[in-house]
Amino acid sequence: MNTINQSNRTYTEFVKGLWKENPVFVAVLGMCPVLAVTNSAINGLAMGLATTFVLVGSSFLVSMVRHWIPKQVRITTFIVIIATFVSTVDMALEALVPKIHKELGAFIALIVVNCIIMGRQEAFAAKNTVKLSIADALGMSVGFIFALVTLGGLREILGSGSFFGFLLFGDHFEPWIIMILPPGGFFVLGFLLLFFNWLKKNRDERLKKQTAVLSKTMQGA
Amino acid sequence: MGELFWIFISALLINNFTLSYFLGICPFLGVSNKLDTAFRMGLAIIFVQLITAVCAWALNTYILIYAPYLRLISFIIVIASTVQFVEMVIKKLSPELFRALGIYLPLITTNCAILGLALFQTNKGYGLVEGLVYALGAGGGITLALVIMAGIREETRILDIPKLLHGTALNLIIAGILSMAFMGFAGLFSAN
Repeated sequence: MNTINQSNRTYTEFVKGLWKENPVFVAVLGMCPVLAVTNSAINGLAMGLATTFVLVGSSFLVSMVRHWIPKQVRITTFIVIIATFVSTVDMALEALVPKIHKELGAFIALIVVNCIIMGRQEAFAAKNTVKLSIADALGMSVGFIFALVTLGGLREILGSGSFFGFLLFGDHFEPWIIMILPPGGFFVLGFLLLFFNWLKKNRDERLKKQTAVLSKTMQGA
Repeated sequence: MGELFWIFISALLINNFTLSYFLGICPFLGVSNKLDTAFRMGLAIIFVQLITAVCAWALNTYILIYAPYLRLISFIIVIASTVQFVEMVIKKLSPELFRALGIYLPLITTNCAILGLALFQTNKGYGLVEGLVYALGAGGGITLALVIMAGIREETRILDIPKLLHGTALNLIIAGILSMAFMGFAGLFSAN
């Protein structure tokens, strides 16, 4: 019974980050990399993977040593741990894929101050077991990658008429260049959030109607 | 002199930290609902940026040439602790100034605009004076963006806006229009 509960719990901690508590679309955290590097789908994906490595690594380490970190210096400890992983990823990318490293520039180093990572350490990894923390970190990371690739993909399709570098439209396509420039980031994310608000409103209204009908029939009975 | 002026204008308007590098978006969306708060937040950011410029310069010239792989960790720790130290000094010397800036200081020490400044300054190879001018321009640019945004948001409160738009979605769209307006500065001075 206990093992079933536990694997269930791991699963819920993983799944919640994908949609219900999506760090970008729901919590609106980590805006800086979300807007800055999503001018193409591939940049978004690279940024997402780099963040995944840092988030999973630091969640693993923090949850492992959580009993030995004094409460007063926990934030500093988290920062040092996160910065170590970021330095690793920065150097690794520079050695392995110099082209992408150059395009993302200082934003790789800026993963350190991404509030999603710090937030997960403080809110989750510092209080939970290693297994649950990794599940939570993986879920959040996949949610983050999903958001980055959605945003990057949309901006790339609108702004350069391609997706992951493949041209989608014929020669007649006139690219909407503003979408891959900074203002486009604000616009696309703004309209995406608007779209999600609309979805949520529709769902809430449907639920309200259902409960109203249900309580009416209950009263009638 | 001309070059310093160019660095300042470039950081202030053309490559505005908030509107074209997306640094410091958190305060930009978070504390821009009142003009007064936004302005004080901006001043606090300029203040921390200046400290950052000095710290980053000192670290780069004296320490990091021997251990470049420690760059990120040392930047964060040195900047955060220096700001905390200066905060204590201000509290002692000028309680008035502390009341005006105080509550914002801890909030922005680990802001991406601060670390971003230290990193960009390093990448561009600025010296102490250039770094300070760059910090002033960058901080001023963030303040400018914050104040304009706060002004617009105060206006939107009395307008009749669809309920669906309220919140972050509207702020992002306003920010997009502002960012577009700032893109106009890209042609500044290029004529001569």
